[in-house]
Amino acid sequence: MAKAVLKELDSVVIRFAGDSGDGMQTVGEQFTDSSALAGNDISTLPDFPAEIRAPAGSLPGVSGFQIQFGNRQVLTPGDAPDALVAMNPAALKTNIGELVENGLLVVNIDAFTPANLKLAGYESNPLDDPALDKRFEVIRIDLTQLTTDALVDFDMSTRDKLRCKNFFALGFMYFVYGRPIDTTISFINKKWAKKRPLVAEANIKVLKSGYYFGETTETSRNRYQVSKAAAAPGMYRKIAGNEALVIGLIAASQQAKRPLLYSGYPITPASSILEGLAAYKHFGIKTVQAEDEIAAIGVALGAAYVGSIGVTATSGPGVCLKGEFMGLAISVELPLIIIDVQRGGPSTGLPTKTEQADLLMAFYGRHGESPLPIIAPSSPSNCFKAAMEATRIALKYATPVLLLSDAYIANGSEPWSIPDPATFPDLSIPFAKEGEPYITFKRDPETLARTQAIPGQKGLEHRIGGLEKSEDGSVSYDPENHEKMSRLRAEKIARIAHDIAPLSVNGASKGKLLVLGWGGTYGSITAAVNSLQAEGYDVSSAHLHHLNPFPANLGEVLGNFETIFIPEINLGQLSLLIRANFEVKVVPYNQLQGRPFRVQEMKNKIVETLNA
Amino acid sequence: MPNPVPMPTETIDSTPLTKKDFVTKNDVRWCPGCGDYAILNSIQRTFPELGIPRENFVVISGIGCSSRFPYYMETFGFHTIHGRAPTVATGVKTANPELSVWIITGDGDGLSIGGNHLFHLMRRNVNVNILLFNNRIYGLTKGQYSPTSAEGTRTKSTPMGSVDRPINPLRFALSAEASFVARTLDNNPKHMVETFKAAHAHKGLSFVEIFQNCVIFNDKTWDPVYGKENRAENVLFLQEDKPLLFGAENNKGITINQRLRPEIVTVGENGITEKDLIVHQSKDSDLLYPSMLAQLEYPKYPTVAGVIRAIERPTYEERVEQQIQDAQAKQGTGNLTDLLRGENHWTVE
Repeated sequence: MAKAVLKELDSVVIRFAGDSGDGMQTVGEQFTDSSALAGNDISTLPDFPAEIRAPAGSLPGVSGFQIQFGNRQVLTPGDAPDALVAMNPAALKTNIGELVENGLLVVNIDAFTPANLKLAGYESNPLDDPALDKRFEVIRIDLTQLTTDALVDFDMSTRDKLRCKNFFALGFMYFVYGRPIDTTISFINKKWAKKRPLVAEANIKVLKSGYYFGETTETSRNRYQVSKAAAAPGMYRKIAGNEALVIGLIAASQQAKRPLLYSGYPITPASSILEGLAAYKHFGIKTVQAEDEIAAIGVALGAAYVGSIGVTATSGPGVCLKGEFMGLAISVELPLIIIDVQRGGPSTGLPTKTEQADLLMAFYGRHGESPLPIIAPSSPSNCFKAAMEATRIALKYATPVLLLSDAYIANGSEPWSIPDPATFPDLSIPFAKEGEPYITFKRDPETLARTQAIPGQKGLEHRIGGLEKSEDGSVSYDPENHEKMSRLRAEKIARIAHDIAPLSVNGASKGKLLVLGWGGTYGSITAAVNSLQAEGYDVSSAHLHHLNPFPANLGEVLGNFETIFIPEINLGQLSLLIRANFEVKVVPYNQLQGRPFRVQEMKNKIVETLNA
Repeated sequence: MPNPVPMPTETIDSTPLTKKDFVTKNDVRWCPGCGDYAILNSIQRTFPELGIPRENFVVISGIGCSSRFPYYMETFGFHTIHGRAPTVATGVKTANPELSVWIITGDGDGLSIGGNHLFHLMRRNVNVNILLFNNRIYGLTKGQYSPTSAEGTRTKSTPMGSVDRPINPLRFALSAEASFVARTLDNNPKHMVETFKAAHAHKGLSFVEIFQNCVIFNDKTWDPVYGKENRAENVLFLQEDKPLLFGAENNKGITINQRLRPEIVTVGENGITEKDLIVHQSKDSDLLYPSMLAQLEYPKYPTVAGVIRAIERPTYEERVEQQIQDAQAKQGTGNLTDLLRGENHWTVE
């Protein structure tokens, strides 16, 4: 037998795929943690079905987790996997098409039973096809058997033993890619050691068995090494988008010196924000799981009305239900944060997959003239900044703010340079002063924001409501007043353009083509544009974090390019807005497949546009 | 973490509040003769007597005639959207439990479009007071039938009569296990003030149905029950620890017969004495008795008014606060630096 060869690689894309009950998300997360702690740059794409446990072995039940890790900047989870771990025939069938030529394929041969093959729609065992070994480096492991063998001395049911087999696969992959296993050992201990010590022991045993299996069975396989990515000195952690929103909201509430009350209704892919905040009660955070989406925003608005930071999060269908309350919040001019973690729509659509098709709803999906600021984070870690920024604008301008995240950045993770709290801005905005006359809708001459007086403040009793009002807060049906107030509310939002960072350009600020993006496509766009720039193409990119209002210099930036190329995971919503507002040549590039853009495809399309 | 929300302090103002202090300068825009005037008047009489600083009152409403109420109360007020006042009130009370929160709603607002919210508010036992003005009609939209309209009600939207069964608001409240359930009448200011005071005194959610007359679209809807000539025979005013008695002679009473059905009896006839009557006790957590009271409806029985249920259980907002205290006792007060770092972090030199 040949000795394993150690190959140094710049970056690797691995995909774990198995049944939804196989623990693929857990091993994916673990591989990510270990890679991050080993100093690689990382980007992940958890990809799971909407069904919690689709029938075992079936094609719709396949759950996957893709990670790219590298010794250089990693901006996306990767176009196609270099290595695929397939725990059963269904996982092989749904994923093999994307594995790169000569890629590493690790399969659990024990799962390739006639029944499972039939469920996956295979007429014969694909592992018996010699063509497979010509295209890929196939490693066949009797993973189920090896797992039960490792646990022969454990007093556990066979079923429980088999639940450990994902850790065998993980251990093996740790060996192949030279990852340390100690991070996962402490994870297992933390999760089970106290309550179910035997389960902890068993999982650790199986993890190690997987690793040693790689070490001792030295077949002709290769081993790979991806060294540390160059990173600025400092402290880092891995962070997912929804996690960053949770932390960002807590930090924002501290910086604003107002308590945080979050109210939500469970909905994929926003639920982890509610769950995340509920775990931070020791920060004084109050969370309310409301009876429905409408109640969730109503509770948040009620909290905002009495001086808390009111936040609610949902996904597209929930935003529809919240529309009426958003109108009220705009009318009474109270600060409020509404987070939309976008998913494939319309209706239930693709609940676990990403999409950017709520942009026009965010702009126009309400009754009446009802503009509000829209902010879109560009990556998992950028969600932290977006939460702070949404809070800043909501308080300073006394307005609801819509934060448009998406399923990809919500669930995906990347390393994050941990910021120093001392650098955070002061977000506090004073309430009205007791003892001074209070005019409910008197505006700051610069921002046009009104000042909030809250229940409990002596002498500041007043009424607000959804009826049109005049400056003093009294109900007014006067025609001129309605137009005046509508224009003031719109102007207030428009003025924010001068209070946000100008749009910056990645690359030359003048040229043939600008790739303009927003939201979660940042990684794919930047990877594509950086790569094209390195190849000598005249292409730049710019990424919008503020959608409404646009940064004040957007027109100027766009005017410096012959063509504006706009990639979106929708059918052209930003393109429509840009065309409506600026006289520029727009080339939309749209996909609607529930997954991030592939860098190579985008590069091809950009080059095609440049050559057109 | 710093809590900048000014926490209400005990009132040290020596001048006691009066009804006048709760009247706004806004002209009241209800129709002349509307039952809402009497309710407004009774609330404005009640509030100064509760010993709460005026700035700590918050009146929250949905949409409908009754929901214009906050504009006429010199307190903090929030006129929200149709059916959703309970949600805003939940946020208000959860964020600041010191406030005295009053929800004004109607039969359409509370039981139709907002039925879900009302149910969950009651189930959670948020310590707020709900006043549901029941006039059995949609007034502000000009006279369509409502979820409390009797079957067969003819309106513009039901020219041949409504075909759906009405909701009994008290039974709705009891099904959500509201901890305080009462009914009062817009033509009985004294009873209204007493009931509102009891609602306020109750720690926990208070639900009060108010029979209210819509002079334009459903005039005299309650007259068969509470009209001057009918009141004595058709309304049974509940009094704590007193037998269920009613009638012009105050000699009719309610007993439970052998088939477990309520039965009207006359004291002094067939050997019946007051001792045979049910004694009213609102503080029993069992739901059977208040459900029976809620079922007593004219014309078969007298309709009950007063507090039918008042039981103590922990409020939603105090349990939310308690969990925060417990978490802080166990984990210490959260620290931002630790939060940012998380459990796994690494340093690049």
